[in-house]
Amino acid sequence: MKVLVAVKRVIDYNVKVRVKPDNTGVDLANVKMAMNPFCEIAVEEAVRLKEKGVASEIVVVSIGPKAAQEQIRTALALGADRGIHIETDEEVQSLEAAKLLKAVVEKEEPKLVILGKQSIDSDNNQTGQMLAALTGMGQGTFASEVVVDGDKVNVTREVDGGLMTVALNLPAVVTTDLRLNEPRYASLPNIMKAKKKPLDSVSPADLGVDVAARLSTLKVEAPAARQAGIKVADVAELVDKLKNEAKVI
Amino acid sequence: MSILVIAEHDNSSLKQATLNVVAAAKAIGGDIDVLVAGENVGAVAEAAAKAEGVNKVLVADNAAYGHFLAENLSELVAEVGKGYSHILTSAGTTGKDFMPRVAALLDVAQVSDIIRVESEDTFVRPIYAGNAIATVKANDSIKVVTVRPTGFDPVAAEGGSASASVEQLDVVKDAGLSSFVGEEKAQSDRPDLASAGIVISGGRGMQNGDNFKMLEQVADLMGAAVGASRAAVDAGFVPNDMQVGQTGKIVAPQLYVAVGISGAIQHLAGMSDSKVIVAINKDEEAPIFQVADYGLVADLFEAVPQLEEELKKVL
Repeated sequence: MKVLVAVKRVIDYNVKVRVKPDNTGVDLANVKMAMNPFCEIAVEEAVRLKEKGVASEIVVVSIGPKAAQEQIRTALALGADRGIHIETDEEVQSLEAAKLLKAVVEKEEPKLVILGKQSIDSDNNQTGQMLAALTGMGQGTFASEVVVDGDKVNVTREVDGGLMTVALNLPAVVTTDLRLNEPRYASLPNIMKAKKKPLDSVSPADLGVDVAARLSTLKVEAPAARQAGIKVADVAELVDKLKNEAKVI
Repeated sequence: MSILVIAEHDNSSLKQATLNVVAAAKAIGGDIDVLVAGENVGAVAEAAAKAEGVNKVLVADNAAYGHFLAENLSELVAEVGKGYSHILTSAGTTGKDFMPRVAALLDVAQVSDIIRVESEDTFVRPIYAGNAIATVKANDSIKVVTVRPTGFDPVAAEGGSASASVEQLDVVKDAGLSSFVGEEKAQSDRPDLASAGIVISGGRGMQNGDNFKMLEQVADLMGAAVGASRAAVDAGFVPNDMQVGQTGKIVAPQLYVAVGISGAIQHLAGMSDSKVIVAINKDEEAPIFQVADYGLVADLFEAVPQLEEELKKVL
C-alpha cells in the first residue's frame, strides 16, 4: 500500500527562539532550520512499515519555500521513495495546509497518511485532523503504536490519563506522538542516493487551493520572564518558607 | 453573541477543565450553552447545569459518543455549533483530537490553546513552546477555539443564579470510520496532574523508576500529584502520561516541586506558570534555579527523605 507522509520545515529545536524587536514574529533570519521532530517520527514510521512489507511506496510532501526541498531530501535519504513540493513563500496556516494535502491525497490515493501531531513553531496541532475531516477519513492522533491489519489500522493513542486504542477503516490519517519510534539518522550513501530520487514541484494554484490566511497575527511578544528567587540552606528552611512565607502548604 | 462550550468529562463526572473553559467563554461575553456528549451522561449534565454562568445544557447521549471518537463527535459539534458565534473546548487530548475536525467541517480556522481573551475575536496563545506569545485575530464568522485550562481561573462549580435548563438532543452521528478497541488508564488515588493544587515532579536525577516512590510518599502527605520531566519518561522511569512539559501536560499548580530536574526549555514550557516553584538539585548551575522561587542545592536522595520528615511535623 502507498503511504503519504507530510513534513514541515521549522526552526531547529535546539535553536534559542528570539522574538523580533518590532514584535511582528520570531526572528528566523540566519537561523538553522530542520525537519519538525514529530515529522521525523512520521517518516520513520512509514519507513518501518515499508521494511515490514506493509507499505510498498512512500511519498513525502512538504509545503513551503524553495528551501523546504531540503527537508524532502532528508526524508528521501531516510527511505521515502519520491517527493512532492508544494512551493509557496506565503505563510500557510493549518486549514489551508490541510486543503493542499487533500488535493495531493486525491491525486495519490494513499492508504495511510502520516503526519506529526504538531509543528514546534506554531504548536497548533490541527493539520492532520483537518485533513482527515476534509477527506472523510478516520484519524488516529497522538499515536504511540500503529498496526495495519487488513483493511483496518489499529492506532494506540497517548491520551490524558493513559492510552486508548482505536480501529480505523483504511484509508486513514495518523498523527505521531513522541514515543511512536526513535528516528534513525540518514547514512551518507543514502543521502547521495536521495539526490537522484524524483521530486516534483507544484504551486497551490496548480492544486486549486486559495491559501489566504484566516487568522491574523497582531503581535508576537517574548514571555514575561520569571525572576529567580532565593536559595534556602536546608530542607527545614524550605518547609518553613513554604508554610509561613509562600503559604502554599 | 452565543457561545457553545463542549464539556470535557468521562461520562460519569464533569472535568474541572470545563469550568476553566466556561470562564474563558465569560471573558468573551454572551450567552453560554454547554454541550455534553457521551453515553449515560445524566450526572455530567446535572453538574454542568449548576456551573456559574451557564445558560443552557444540551445533552447528546448515545453510544456513538461514549468513547469520544473524533469522527462522530466532530459531526455532532459542527451541526449543533453552526448556530453559534464561538465554539470552545478544553485543550486536553480529547479537545485537541475532535476540535480541528469541527473547524474543517465548518470551513473555519481554529485558534489553539488560548491563555487569554483580548476581545470577541482576538486571543492570546503561546507559540514556539511558550518561547513567544502571539496575539491572534480570527476573521471567520464562527470562532473555533481550544482553551488552555491553566490560563483561566475556573467559574464556581455551583454558583449559577438559577440552575440552567437541560435539553436532550436527538442527534446521532455515527461516521462509521472508527471504533473503540480498548484503553489502559493509569490507576491512581492521587489528584489529576493537570488540575492538582500541588505537583511534585522528578527528572533524570531520580536515576530509576523505583526512586519515584520517594516522591509518591511526599505527594501523599501534601495531597499532590506526581509528574516527571521528559528526560525521566524517555529514560523509561515512568509512563508518558506523567510527563510535564511542551509535549506533555501543561500544569500551573499553587506549588510545583521539581526534584532532580535540570530545567530544559521543554520542561519549563509546561510548568513555569505555577504560582510557587521549588527546585531541589545538586547542580547549582541547573537552569531550573533561574525560575525557582525557592532553590535547594542538595542531593535529592538526602533532601527528599528529610522533606518527608519535615512535612510530617507541620502537616
